[in-house]
Amino acid sequence: MMSKSRGKNSVMKDVWRRLKRNKLAMISMILLIFLFLIALFASYMIPYDYASMNAAIRLQPPNGEHWFGTDNFGRDIFSRVLFGARYTLIIGLGCTTSAAIGGVVLGSIAGYYEKFDNIIMRFIDIIMGIPVFMMALSIIVALGANMRNMIIALAITNIPAFARITRAQVLGIRQQEYIEAARSIGASNFRILTRHILPNAFAPILVQFTLGTVSVILWGASLSFIGQGVQPPTPEWGLMISAARSFLREYPYMSIIPGLAIVVTTYALNILGDGLRDSLDPRLKQ
Amino acid sequence: MIRYILKRLLLMVPVLLGVIIIVFSLLYVAPGDPALSILGEAATEESIHRVHEELGLKDPYLVRLGRYFGGLLQGDFGDSYKTKRPVVDEILSRYPTTLILTFGSVVFGLVVGILFGIVSAIRQYSFLDRILTMISLFGVSAPSFWVAMLLVLVFSVNLGWLPATGSDKLACWILPIITMGLQVSAFIMRMTRSSMLEVIRQDYIRTAKAKGQSEIKTVLLHALPNALVPIVTVIGLQICLLLAGAVLAETVFALPGLGKYLVDSIGYKDYPAVQGVVLWIGINAILINLAVDILYCFIDPRILNRFKGKPLFGNRRVTKLSDV
Repeated sequence: MMSKSRGKNSVMKDVWRRLKRNKLAMISMILLIFLFLIALFASYMIPYDYASMNAAIRLQPPNGEHWFGTDNFGRDIFSRVLFGARYTLIIGLGCTTSAAIGGVVLGSIAGYYEKFDNIIMRFIDIIMGIPVFMMALSIIVALGANMRNMIIALAITNIPAFARITRAQVLGIRQQEYIEAARSIGASNFRILTRHILPNAFAPILVQFTLGTVSVILWGASLSFIGQGVQPPTPEWGLMISAARSFLREYPYMSIIPGLAIVVTTYALNILGDGLRDSLDPRLKQ
Repeated sequence: MIRYILKRLLLMVPVLLGVIIIVFSLLYVAPGDPALSILGEAATEESIHRVHEELGLKDPYLVRLGRYFGGLLQGDFGDSYKTKRPVVDEILSRYPTTLILTFGSVVFGLVVGILFGIVSAIRQYSFLDRILTMISLFGVSAPSFWVAMLLVLVFSVNLGWLPATGSDKLACWILPIITMGLQVSAFIMRMTRSSMLEVIRQDYIRTAKAKGQSEIKTVLLHALPNALVPIVTVIGLQICLLLAGAVLAETVFALPGLGKYLVDSIGYKDYPAVQGVVLWIGINAILINLAVDILYCFIDPRILNRFKGKPLFGNRRVTKLSDV
């Protein structure tokens, strides 16, 4: 038991050591932690109420008082962007976590139990038959356009990616000798799957989690942009860009700033995802 | 090869049936009464009842599903609630716009992505490689609708070089195609780079170089063809994503394509139109995936060997190349 935990620790230490050497990934990680803190404490950090309107100060360009300017309702864009981090994080992590749980369970069953493989994978094929955005839109139309339903829709549409990765991993690992050894000493299927196979299949799932969060954030912003996601007056970044569309000519800052917020978040997540992939499996580093 | 194609075609049938059932069922449970959308403010209880009768909206689920299937078999996607025209006509009249946008973006993405991917790979860790990698990362990180707005701001509003909307002139297509192609090129570039890096370390590349072949010839004749399989996968995936994601570019640039039609139809609760468009894109995606799987066999005939000697039915595990 002791040797097992020591082994696991040393693997994680190795991964961490390799990740630490990747400066860009570390900067991205710090940035994401900072963003997480902003999302957590946004209520205490915002200088103005994100929803309070004031016609007297509408459409002000960035200035000393309103760092990112004000929108067409006189709302402080800086406060809205800070608060928007919370929604982006809820959407990104909420969808990806639910999709990961669903996908890992389905993928594990499909990979481990041959009799369920075809039925699960063909069901996954059906979900993947409809492109993500169309599938998400159809689910939203069925459930109604709001943030909760958007999270449900994006979670469902992201399950196949996790299921396929997990299945592929489980299929490979279950042939290993140590799985046979575990079975020969009488370990149950559940124990083999949860204690021996899944921990070893963790690396690609973690990478998919990071990169999946990026696509969820982008799809979420896109759905809000076309009016099928988060509804006004919520300060979600995609929705803010959508609302700023009519003001693009005269007041471009209204759309540029929330867009930059999205790009910084997804860029950092992408770099961290790539860094994680390289440090979890150095053979992949190119 | 024929055995494999046949098998893939057979596998397509249940997926297609599943897609139809899912799309139909989702919109079956959708809230709101389409009769109100059709009648507008003039709706009375009597007229609503009449519309329900006419459209069979009160029929049980299985009856409506059966009717929908029956219609689809005859190429009938139903009639639009809004225009009263057959949905298939509405789709076909908008399909070329979405196709031009999709394939224009793929061509742009392929040219830019493969070119920069090769340059990045053969000059690994150089300043150029780092810059190109950063740009490609931006391409996959930026929301396409935001990129579209930035392009409009720079090239239409500030410089006045290109029109921001319309589809009547060739110039109108440049910004939408760049918007969507940027993301595609970013994905293709990343895939080309990593795939090329793997290939250019192979012995046969060293042999080609040792024989005195020029770098360009070695890359184009020996490395690129062998790096193509993962690139083709990305292209297939990207075409499916583009067909669905065209809705964003079409919204920003006011292009009369399927995506814009879909969003308008959702707003109007025109469910036959929504069903029709989603199904149409779904069928397209399934066919593209099939085409990609078949294309693999031409690019890398070794793939087919895995299927040699295996029965058409009965091998429960390996059923698709993409599952392998």
